[in-house]
Amino acid sequence: MTKSKLWLPALVAMLCVLLPPAASAQLRIDITSGVTDPIPVAVVRFAQDAAAPTAAFDFAEVIQQDLERSGRFRLLPRERMPAAPSRSDAVVAADWRNLGTDYVLVGRAAPAAAGQSLVEFELLNVLTGQRLLSERLTVPVATARNGAHRISDRVHEKILGVRGAFATRIAYVSVDGQPPQQRYRLIVADADGEGARVILESQQPLMSPAWSPDGQWLAYVSFESRSSAVYVQQLRTGERRRVSARRGINGAPAWSPDGTRLALTLSGSGGNLDVYVLDLASQSLSRLTDDPGIDTEAVWAPDGAAIYFTSDRSGGPQVYRVAPTAGARPQRVTFGGGYNARPRLSPDGTQLAYVTLDGGGYKVAIQGLAGGGSRVLTKGRFDESPSFAPNGATLIYAGRERGQGTLATVSADGLITQRLKSDQGEVREPAWGPFLQ
Amino acid sequence: MKKLLPLAVAVIAVALTAGCASKRVKTDGAEGDTLASSGATTMADDSADASGIESAGSVGGDAAGSAGPGGELGNRRVIYFAFDSDSIRAEDQTLIAQHAQWIATHPGVRVRLEGHTDERGTREYNIGLGERRAQAVRRALALHGGAALQQVSTVSFGEERPAVAGESEDAFGLNRRVEIVYGN
Repeated sequence: MTKSKLWLPALVAMLCVLLPPAASAQLRIDITSGVTDPIPVAVVRFAQDAAAPTAAFDFAEVIQQDLERSGRFRLLPRERMPAAPSRSDAVVAADWRNLGTDYVLVGRAAPAAAGQSLVEFELLNVLTGQRLLSERLTVPVATARNGAHRISDRVHEKILGVRGAFATRIAYVSVDGQPPQQRYRLIVADADGEGARVILESQQPLMSPAWSPDGQWLAYVSFESRSSAVYVQQLRTGERRRVSARRGINGAPAWSPDGTRLALTLSGSGGNLDVYVLDLASQSLSRLTDDPGIDTEAVWAPDGAAIYFTSDRSGGPQVYRVAPTAGARPQRVTFGGGYNARPRLSPDGTQLAYVTLDGGGYKVAIQGLAGGGSRVLTKGRFDESPSFAPNGATLIYAGRERGQGTLATVSADGLITQRLKSDQGEVREPAWGPFLQ
Repeated sequence: MKKLLPLAVAVIAVALTAGCASKRVKTDGAEGDTLASSGATTMADDSADASGIESAGSVGGDAAGSAGPGGELGNRRVIYFAFDSDSIRAEDQTLIAQHAQWIATHPGVRVRLEGHTDERGTREYNIGLGERRAQAVRRALALHGGAALQQVSTVSFGEERPAVAGESEDAFGLNRRVEIVYGN
């Protein structure tokens, strides 16, 4: 204990001294495949009052990148635009229709309170002449990118009927250095990879980041005391609590939908992994599974009525479901193939994603929980750690390319794939955060 | 303007420092200790277990230190495993027996068995597989030399701390291992 108490302040000092707030391990996104018939959209440069705090920020450019990256839209390049209107009533619909554009987004920004702009935007269907969106948003200059992502979310929702997940965040682990001398970083970034911040850095493994339902905390596993322990850390303040450092394994934390409990894996000194539920306020612990096999990788159903987990009680690892009450009997959920592990549920609770061994490689598979079989979504040899976007439309996962861990996304229908390139080291274990309020 | 520059730098520096301070990782471990040792659990806090182990370096694989056996035995502290297996190979039984006898004659020494897997498969499940390997070596030590189980603890790093990089069968084979780490 003495050692870890000394070690932590040293770590904090290192964090403060060595790491600039806008951190390393930036990600860059490349679309590797999209839908065959994307929707044509034009995002016109927003007119900004010279006195608007966001005057130097190009909202349209970020919105354009968001929509383009979604793989569902084709964006009209700015240099081909026939005009630069900032209000819908100034849009000459025929001029845009003739260029094959279906939708035009226009906007403008004016000064609001100190450091803030009032951004108004309108979405126009130039085929029908209908104005689909007319909204305003107060945007602090410090979070202008987030403001642009929120506009992208609204456009995505209006055109596709599904809320966009651009104004969300991802957490992941980066690793650099050669074994056995490696450095591990826990990083939080915007969903487009921008604004990456190092939350924690360690010379011992960090793993299994999990978002609290309100997006304010991360739970994760750290080996900083040379054994595994589960921590929760508040992102805004950096406040950090070690919530489980019991003898043996402390792993695989998963928040209950109400944020009051963690499911986690414990082994005790006997080395038998089972799933437990820890109440964060009372610290009371209840055992959920009791089997000599490995039970781990728990995740809650969004309604809180079930916990899904990996167990090799039948031989190889398979996904099971159990009610989160002591004595409940687990039921097997996956049957195809000899290796199906690390389940995650879609936000609406209807689909299960997991890692499957398929044709000699580990790939991400998805299956409907109401039946209908499973489907392999990815093509890598080492794909793992799938995590649903909060709108359920996309999954982020980890793979390997040329011997390096990389992140990638795939749409839940398998049509759209993207690669997130890291400029530094290996990246792994992505976890997509919830919608921010 | 030039006069303002140092002031601006100072303001920025203060702002950065303040920002950093407000994001400080909380360093008081007492809260965590209380959480871990109280509540309706029968499991012991790990701290007593961890504090007895000296690490020579900041990361593993180099932590043999002076507490363990010297000579050839001290250099042979890694047991390797077949894919998806926690069975100890026949040719390793002699090595484990030698370690077991050394441990039995050094009751003050504490031993940590660090279990590892190759990178195939999911990460937390591999933590389980690494633990199985460490437990297999622990049982073998007890069987061979009567090494007291209280002297021997286990930890699993799963695939998180490979010995070597690479996706070849050779690399995988070198990573599927249990390291015997000695401490006081």
